[in-house]
Amino acid sequence: MDLFEYQGKQLFAAHGLAVPSGEIAETPEQAKAAAEAIGGTVVVKAQVQVGGRGKAGGIKLAATPDEAYAEAQNILGMDIKGHTVQRVWIEAASDIRKEYYASITFDRSAKKPLVMLSAMGGMDIEAVAEEHPEALARLHVDPLTGFQAHHARWLVYHAGIDEAAQKGVLDALMKAYAAFIDLEATLIEINPLIWTTDGRVVALDAKVSIDNNALYRHPDLAALKESVTDDPQERMAHERDVTYVKLDGDIGIMGNGAGIVMSSLDVVALAGGRPANFLDAGGGSNAEAVATALEVLLSDPKVKSLMINIFGGITRCDEVAEGLLTALDTLGATLPIVVRLDGTAAVEGRAIIAARAPANVVVEPTMLSAAKRAVELAKEAS
Amino acid sequence: MSILVDGNTRLVVQGVTGREGQFHTLRNRAYGTAVVAGVTPGKAGQDVDGIPVFNTVRDAVEATGANTSMIFVPPRFAPDAIYESLDAGIALTITITEGIPAHDMMRIYTHLQRGGQQLLGPNCPGAISPGKATVGIMPTDVFTPGRVGVVSRSGTLTYQISKEIGDMGIGQSTVVGIGGDPIVGSSFIDILGQFEADPDTDLVVIVGEIGGDEEEKAGAFIAANMTTPVVGYIAGFQAPPGKQMGHAGAIITGSSGTAEGKKEALEAMGVQVGITPTEVAEIVRDRLR
Repeated sequence: MDLFEYQGKQLFAAHGLAVPSGEIAETPEQAKAAAEAIGGTVVVKAQVQVGGRGKAGGIKLAATPDEAYAEAQNILGMDIKGHTVQRVWIEAASDIRKEYYASITFDRSAKKPLVMLSAMGGMDIEAVAEEHPEALARLHVDPLTGFQAHHARWLVYHAGIDEAAQKGVLDALMKAYAAFIDLEATLIEINPLIWTTDGRVVALDAKVSIDNNALYRHPDLAALKESVTDDPQERMAHERDVTYVKLDGDIGIMGNGAGIVMSSLDVVALAGGRPANFLDAGGGSNAEAVATALEVLLSDPKVKSLMINIFGGITRCDEVAEGLLTALDTLGATLPIVVRLDGTAAVEGRAIIAARAPANVVVEPTMLSAAKRAVELAKEAS
Repeated sequence: MSILVDGNTRLVVQGVTGREGQFHTLRNRAYGTAVVAGVTPGKAGQDVDGIPVFNTVRDAVEATGANTSMIFVPPRFAPDAIYESLDAGIALTITITEGIPAHDMMRIYTHLQRGGQQLLGPNCPGAISPGKATVGIMPTDVFTPGRVGVVSRSGTLTYQISKEIGDMGIGQSTVVGIGGDPIVGSSFIDILGQFEADPDTDLVVIVGEIGGDEEEKAGAFIAANMTTPVVGYIAGFQAPPGKQMGHAGAIITGSSGTAEGKKEALEAMGVQVGITPTEVAEIVRDRLR
């Protein structure tokens, strides 16, 4: 789960990491009141989970509360790369002396946390990593013994942090790592981590991702979960806990397991069709999960045909067939639906469909033939 | 021969009295696996259709000589169950449970590097050596005894590829699902090494998917260490590029992780890659001629 900047900063503050004082606003009036409360020049920052918001005009300075009102009015509702701005974060402007980069990420290849620190922050850090790899200090941490002060010292010296800022950066790293462990984060990225003209080290941005699997231990974080997409099917899928990604084609696709769904998309494309989505109804898909998934697929007006590809292991094909029939009863869909059932209880599942399914449901014996049929039927329908 | 599970497997099931645990335990036994014990804290003395239940894995090992464990407990109890299995000296722990937090798995993985014990999964379908034994949740009638090894990150694709190969009359020595989570106990490389050492595996199919760099690592391993031929499949050519939060991930992985990148990495190391499961089966058939 990715957090918004303001949520990340509030969590940083709770872990003792310095951030500029700020408030969240959903209206220009709230933005003005926040600017008045903070005092002095403030920054109005669009809260979207996408990069490049500064270039898109989503970050503005405001010298007075009235200016904050005007900037917030401009930014709220703005579309930044497909994300509508719902909130702005109003924070005290900072006097920046130097911009650093700090991150702690779960390195999936090494299977350990990786801490990175650079004195060349603020700018494009990926370019720094490529062109000046020596300017980015990297250190893997043993998850059983943890991040020790000497690790932080090594990073601070090797990243070339200015001497007078070293103590503050070291302290920030220790606190950021403690937050990484405490929140069960998979990413904490601070770019820039600034050294101010009055000598403080402050997190000026916050990118925080939390491990979804750990949310049961963090009910306060789980409560922050919200749908950030404007797409109606993606919103619907999010509300119903269905793994769904919208694509731009016209063949709706559903399967039980990420692997077989990805493979189905590939095979449909090779058969000359265009997938409308990725939808994984999950291992152990029961009748209800199938019905929910189908409801999401059928709500997309672009979809001309459906391919349902099930290879039962823990999933039972007879339950899938029952779920399909129940959903069709309620939803009354008439578009062609191609079903492929294999594995656990496949014979029973096919029998259920043969006996009771409406005429728009056709069964194909293999994944390849199902894909070809779904492509043909989509073409006939358009 | 075969790898991981066979006639010498003596299985203890952690979470044997749960609905799923019980269902799959009995299916594994019906296939021929020696299921010698179950563990559910507080239920020692009971039995599941004749399989004795113990309070702890250690008690089960002492009483039955179990050497393999299958874990079916819910995610919040699974890390403890894995440590319990390791501490009881179980050689191979197969974790079916899905949804174990990444921070738990980082610690478990690091602990495992002390060596001598193997973890398969989590979030995996298990392993089957057709005609000998199965441990996990795979639909057993898809598999036939033979000489092709299969190793896969995806459960459903494991079944799909094995069935397509089987439809051509080619059986499998062992089929292994290593699990789809970012951290799993056994990597492609671990299993490829075991297949390489197995005299009864003539060819290995590696089934990968987008994300991470395990396929790339496997390619380098195959080129350097394997004489057994390997055929590849990668799912996810049409998958939308994942939304990457921040830059740290991109700095670590560079551009790898895409299906195209993985296919090229495997092919550069001499691994032939099929673009559909059907084509993979055709390549396997042709290579075995």
